[in-house]
This record gives sequence, C-alpha cells and structure tokens, in this order.
Amino acid sequence: MKELAKEEAAERVAKNAARLFNDVENPFVLNLGVGIPSQVSNFITNDNIFIQTENGMLGAGRLAKPGEEHPMLINASRRSVIETKGCVYLDSCLAFGMIRGGRVDATVLGAMQVDEKGNIANWTVPGGNQLGVGGAMDLISGANKVVIAMIHTNKGRPKLVRQCSLPVTGFAEADIVITEMAVFEFKNNGFLLTKIAPDAQLSDIESLTEFAFAVANPLEIMLA
Amino acid sequence: MAVNKFMTARDAIARVKDGDRIMVGGFGLKGTPFPLVRELGKSARKNLTVISNDLGSPNEGLGVLLTNKQIKTLIGSYYNWNIEAVHAYYNGEIEVTLVPQGTLAESIRAAGAGIPAYYTAASAGTDLGRDKEIREFGGKKYVLEQAIYADIALIEARKADRLGNLVYSKTARNFNPAMAAAAKYTIALVHEIVETGELDPESIITPHVYVSAIVKE
Repeated sequence: MKELAKEEAAERVAKNAARLFNDVENPFVLNLGVGIPSQVSNFITNDNIFIQTENGMLGAGRLAKPGEEHPMLINASRRSVIETKGCVYLDSCLAFGMIRGGRVDATVLGAMQVDEKGNIANWTVPGGNQLGVGGAMDLISGANKVVIAMIHTNKGRPKLVRQCSLPVTGFAEADIVITEMAVFEFKNNGFLLTKIAPDAQLSDIESLTEFAFAVANPLEIMLA
Repeated sequence: MAVNKFMTARDAIARVKDGDRIMVGGFGLKGTPFPLVRELGKSARKNLTVISNDLGSPNEGLGVLLTNKQIKTLIGSYYNWNIEAVHAYYNGEIEVTLVPQGTLAESIRAAGAGIPAYYTAASAGTDLGRDKEIREFGGKKYVLEQAIYADIALIEARKADRLGNLVYSKTARNFNPAMAAAAKYTIALVHEIVETGELDPESIITPHVYVSAIVKE
C-alpha cells in the first residue's frame, strides 16, 4: 500500500472511528482523547452522541470558529469548543465519577503500543521528555469500551506488538483498534481483523503488525 | 453579623508559610486564580508543595512559582504543557508525584469529605501503582489511594455573595470546588461580588462554609 500523507492518514482514522458510533440509536456518551481522537468529533453526525470532556463538560460541541471562543470554555486538549443544547458543566470529581462509574460508553484514545493481550501503552516513553498521565489511566480502566485510534506504525516500526515494551497504561482494555490500514476487534482473547482499507492488502497489514491476528470472513472495507 | 471575608490578595497570601501544601485550581490555564498566584510569586515563600492538575505554561500561571524556585514538590497529573517543569524534575530540582487525573480529583474530594482512603482501578498494575496496596473486588484489581490534604487552597470562581457562596464559569470549574473543601484555609479569587440572597440557592456550587477569604479581581 502506498503511504498516505500524515493528515490524510489521520483523517481516515478519525472518519472510521466516527463510523463506529454514527448508527447508535440510544443516548451514547463518548469521550475523545488528544490528537487523532479529537478529530473524530468532525465526523460525528448522530444526535444520540454526547461528547464528554474530562476537564468538565457533557455535551461538548465542535471546535469553536474564530469569534466563537469563550475564555472559560475548552476541551481536554485545551481547544476552544462550543456548547450544544442540553450541555452540562461538571467539576473534575463528577467528570471522573462519570467515567469510573461506567456512564461513559466509549473513549477514543491514541496509543504508542497495543499488544496481543489488549494491553495499551500511551502515557510515557522512558528517557523521553514527558511527565504526565492526565486522565488516560482513569479512562482506560473506567470507560465501557476503549477504542484506540492511531497511525499503524511509528515511521515503519510496528506499534501493534506481541508485548508492550513501553510502560502500560491499562491491561487487557483495548476493545477496538483503528488505523489507516485496518480495524481490529478484540475477541476470544485475541485480535480479529474486521476491516481493511480499500488501498491495503492483507500482506501489507501482516508485514507491519507484530502480533498474530485472525481474519474475519467476510472482511469489510474501511472508508477511504 | 457575618464575618468579613473580603481582603486584598496580599493580605490573603500572607497566610501562606514556608513549606505549606498549597492546592491551586485550574486546568490548562482555565480556572486558575491568576492574581493569587502572582501574589504568591511576589512573596518570599519557599519549599512549597503545589497540588494542581498541571503547572500552567512556562512562566505563565503556576509556571511563575517554578521560575522563582519556590517549589519543592509537585503533586499532579499532567506537566507536559510546561516543559520547564519536566526539565526541573529530570534535573532533580523538584520532586514530582504523578497521579492519574481522576484519582487526583477523588483524593482531593475524599480529603474534604472526611474519607482517609479509598480504592480505584486507575493505575493498578502500572508503574504509577507500583507501591500501592492492591485488592481485588469482583475479580478486578484496585489500588488503595489516600486522601490529599492541603494547608491552603487558591481557587477561582466567577461570583461570590457576601457570605462566600460561589458559582463558577463553564470549564473553569474543574478542580476548584473539591479543593475549596479539602484545604484548612481557602482563598477564592472572584470576578464579581453580589449581595447575599442574590445568588439562586439552586445554582450555588460551593457553600460558604468552605471559603475562608475572598479576593475580588
């Protein structure tokens, strides 16, 4: 498969993540992490979805356009967002109580590694210049479904690995992994490839994925 | 007659002693009581333990206290927005206890609610949970977390009445209500003061008993 430009790959991941939720028929609370996950809101078209942002809001709207910003209103990525009808502000205790208490139906997060057991590493790189965990551990252990949305490799090096070498954020918590090449679902103690990008071959995915996976039949085609 | 809680930022910050544990509200520079932090930065107070979600940005918000070398220890969840805090930690200039954000919030809440410790799943089995007691409930692992207390809390609210009841503004609320209840002495920076009785009792988030001093911006 031809390598996509970074923005194009990120947009494809976000679009395919949004697709998971665009047909829910009941009220659905969705939390979105920083980076690619924050772009998912651009592709949400379903009024049943309520976006929760852990810095204190249920019912966050899209990113604010110039002139729409409010000095006291941001999402967890520190971007200005707008209100939606029926939105509610939460203090940090209620925001995380909602997460821990099982009221957040899904969270979409980025990751540096996901391994064959569904372990997720996304908070730090030893020896790097990082010092922060934010809400990652609370979200991964608390949200009902954890969706990892990320670029398939780190400059060609597999991020879907046999065993995480980076510090783990949460154990056996990954339910779905979406990349620009593939969608995997964690089922029966292992990953199942359920969707493939229209421009990818199974052999491309096999060569860039370290963990072993089963292949669904039929295999669905992802949005381009 | 009610106690007069109104004072200048300078008089309020005079309560802070060297080595105090200070909670400061805010997330990503929203809900940070900037005038109180600036006043603390002007004071000579040192060896402070600062409990907050993040440390603002370099030399902005709480970043000022780092620039002034007033910080001994940080307890919080996310310092990547202030690269100077990251460097200060790796250079051994400050101590840092990293806490998952929801655990930080709940430990502060617990302190205000008279709960010394509680269990949560966040960090179980990870590097951040390494030294914590682990217990299984319903087949899932949880870590024991202790309440986080403070001597002083510096918080920001939109409006206070004369008693000290507080209402907030949008996502600037964040950690402020929990911190108000967790500290021995809470100083609230507010943007507007109204007469007692003017706030809708249903809209008040922080009851006046948690507010020791009020500083008008």
